[in-house]
Amino acid sequence: MPKRTPFHDCIAPYNETEIWKRWSGYLVPPNLQYSIDTEYYAIRNSVSLLDTSPLFKYRFFGSDAVGILNSSMVRPVHQLENGRAQYNIWCDDNGFVVQDGVLLRLAENEFLLTAGEAALRWFRQAARRCSLDAESVSDVSDQYGILALQGPHARSVMSQFDKDSALASLSYFGVAQLEIANRQVIVSRTGYTGDLGYEIWIPSGDAAVVWRAIIEAGAGYNLTPIGTTALKMARVEAGLLLMDVDFSSSRFTFGPSEKETPNELGFHWMMKNLDSDDREFIGRQAIEKEILSGSSRWTTIGLTVDPQSYVDRFQSAGLIPDKGNVYCESTHSLYRRSGQPWDYAGYATSFLYSSLLKQPIAIGKLPRDLATPGTQVNLEIEVARRPELVTATVSRMPFFNPDRKTQVFSKQEVQDASDV
Amino acid sequence: MRQTYDAIVVGAGHNGLVNASYLAKAGKKTLLLEQNEVVGGAAITEELLPGFHFTTFSYAISLLRPDIVQDLNLVQHGLMILPMPRTFQPGYNGEYLLLGSDAEENYHEIARHSLEDAEGYRELSFRIKQVCHALHPIMDSIPPNIQSQDPSEIAAVESLKTYLEGLPPEVSGMIKRFYECSAAEILDDYLQSDLLKAMIASSGIIGSHCSPLSKESGIVWLFHKLGEYDGQLGEWGFHKNGNGGFTQVVARAFQSFGGEIKTNAPVSRVLYGDSGATGVELMDGQVIDANIIVSALDPRQTFHKMVDPSDLPADLVASIDAYQFRGTAAKVNFALAGLPKFPGLGDSENIFDGFTNIGPSINYLEEAFADSQAGRFSRRPFIDCCLQSLIDPDLSPPGKHVMSCFVMYCPSQLTNSDWEAEKTPLGDAVQDTLEEFFPGFSELVIHREVVTPKDIQSRTGLSQGDIFAGQLFSSQLFTHRPAPGWNQYRTPIKGYYQCGSGTHPGGCVSGGPGKLAARQILGDCSTQSI
Repeated sequence: MPKRTPFHDCIAPYNETEIWKRWSGYLVPPNLQYSIDTEYYAIRNSVSLLDTSPLFKYRFFGSDAVGILNSSMVRPVHQLENGRAQYNIWCDDNGFVVQDGVLLRLAENEFLLTAGEAALRWFRQAARRCSLDAESVSDVSDQYGILALQGPHARSVMSQFDKDSALASLSYFGVAQLEIANRQVIVSRTGYTGDLGYEIWIPSGDAAVVWRAIIEAGAGYNLTPIGTTALKMARVEAGLLLMDVDFSSSRFTFGPSEKETPNELGFHWMMKNLDSDDREFIGRQAIEKEILSGSSRWTTIGLTVDPQSYVDRFQSAGLIPDKGNVYCESTHSLYRRSGQPWDYAGYATSFLYSSLLKQPIAIGKLPRDLATPGTQVNLEIEVARRPELVTATVSRMPFFNPDRKTQVFSKQEVQDASDV
Repeated sequence: MRQTYDAIVVGAGHNGLVNASYLAKAGKKTLLLEQNEVVGGAAITEELLPGFHFTTFSYAISLLRPDIVQDLNLVQHGLMILPMPRTFQPGYNGEYLLLGSDAEENYHEIARHSLEDAEGYRELSFRIKQVCHALHPIMDSIPPNIQSQDPSEIAAVESLKTYLEGLPPEVSGMIKRFYECSAAEILDDYLQSDLLKAMIASSGIIGSHCSPLSKESGIVWLFHKLGEYDGQLGEWGFHKNGNGGFTQVVARAFQSFGGEIKTNAPVSRVLYGDSGATGVELMDGQVIDANIIVSALDPRQTFHKMVDPSDLPADLVASIDAYQFRGTAAKVNFALAGLPKFPGLGDSENIFDGFTNIGPSINYLEEAFADSQAGRFSRRPFIDCCLQSLIDPDLSPPGKHVMSCFVMYCPSQLTNSDWEAEKTPLGDAVQDTLEEFFPGFSELVIHREVVTPKDIQSRTGLSQGDIFAGQLFSSQLFTHRPAPGWNQYRTPIKGYYQCGSGTHPGGCVSGGPGKLAARQILGDCSTQSI
């Protein structure tokens, strides 16, 4: 029987479609309204509320917490300040990516981590390898629900709970603790939408009370509970990868062709200080070897599809172009524009017709010689049940990156906003 | 020293903005002149009450040609068109129709009224989509000149005929129906429910001097379906910060191409000599030189006010004299203390996710038109409402709302009164009508702004307050917009062009006239010595 998140009964009345699907065994709505566009635009135009409780959640606590994380994470964890969060990945011994997640440092020896797949045993094994206390890692998945409050008015909503100005000057990837409806919650200025927003960890027993308080605070701002599809559309524009779509966990894949390294996934920025980093994290040797030999097979890049080229393919087939609600996780092949027909070059995942950007975009993998921004390749789409090629240009990600995402707010500004 | 430009565009309505942007993008040193303080023409957003932003005149977007978005990089300058997925049609005695973006839901919603209609609606919607799909190339091309003996024009007329004859018979048959029949007649072919028919028929009267039973309503209906929302044909959207938000986006695009905007700069006339246009003279006497002058004004202003009609061919002057301007509509915009409620639907917010259509039967619309025929505004008006702040929270303070009401019929010429005297009674009639469908509405009203056809005329310059710069009747569309022989954006004066909604494809925020006029101008520049 599928599990229900702590917010299930809060969300159900909003679920106009009554469609639920499973995410890690929990019921979640892919979309609550029939108009997915409306949910999507809540993220970009007003403010959206999404239940991300099905994420696996881990607590690292005690004197070995830093040691365990440092021995497994690609980015150094000891440098993460208290009250800050970081996006991090962990790899296997061959330097292939196992998973990614967001790590919150609550105190010197206390961290919270989200993960898309179960990782308790993985981190405990990592601890045991270094003779650290495996019990420092615990699964707190059922102890918290998580809500993502994302959109330009996220701050207008949250500032109503910010009695002690803990959030007022919270910078991007900052972490704060505050009360909502007299319940203690943990807030990070993070998200999966590429927009201004917060993620809120709420003790499961308080979930309903906090949900109602947030809904009330958002009433004047068109706060819209959304499903996972709108979130996924937004994350493509934000250039954020999704496990099992843009990459697979190396743990459960058969061969190297299904696995990818941090470099291949575009995470080279995480390793730019390896020289001054003396940690022996899992996979380090393989990663260094890859960097040294330049043996990366792919580069993860953004692709923007020429809108006219896209529309023309449909129109010449007598069809109306597919634009509305086109979000596709299956693979689209990429070809070199070499003169040779169907000269395979790589593939795109996460294909989206971006309503905001008014063009199709995708996340792709190309060999290094084709990965320079501005390079053109052919992308295969299906039109009238036949393969057709459209022109796609390699571009930097994120595709959409509003200033408000990382904007530094002064305390006074926040006060002004809450006075309105 | 006199200022000199390559091109001057007169009037910064959305078509003027689009046209000027294309010219600037092509490297022309372009000046855009606007008589008002802000650009936008009839597409502006005004903060009339602190925190409340009103779309004073036009209020939604659908017909915007998608290629303009790409050509002018409008996304980069802040384009954001929000979806309006629903249409709510309240009826009497708790009856209503609430249609949305899901075909299966719509089937069951209509089935509450008629099972056959539930199917008929789908069939009709599909037929309209086929027609719109077939007509899209026509929206995006310069129509042929049917008076020209130029072989290329004769060939263009022939190829158009061939194109239309080559369409599937059900599509060409439907196009013929739209041209020849009233909205009501066409609807009778597919539907029985009066509530549903009235909801759809309202598209056939918007801004037009016709009832759903008038022959002209067919083509007006079709015209309003020729747009799209991200490829969903016939769907409408709402620009962030209203249509004023949209024109500000185009203004930024224009400036990014190096264009210059001068506001508070009404033009008194276009200057020209034997060799063509030479510049413009402003009301304050200032003369600015350019050999390309583009009028984004309506045809009456373009041909009667900006230039001396006696310098123009008599047949053109006669055509423009006969060209119909009809003021038919007013706007009543409300600031509200909360959301209106429809009895039986309680606190349901999502009924306001799009347009709310007050006009519960064909007969209701017919009676409203009869008032207009008698020279008075409709006592019980047709109202197209849009609670825009529910879609865009930045338009009003939290918890409060702005509601745009497009009201018909409001003839520009009243028989026994004038608009100064009728302004308040019109506001009352609209408020009373809304009160009838949403009991308690009046108590929510914080502020009311009534914009009469006279106001539309005086503030935007549109003759008679005609929102389309000339009625969208088949006699003045396509090859006849605004006059046969002069439908290709040129005028008899070399270097003087027209790009307003009085040219093809016509009214609504499409940008089509501005874009196609620029295509013509830039084409002429490359072949002639302008």
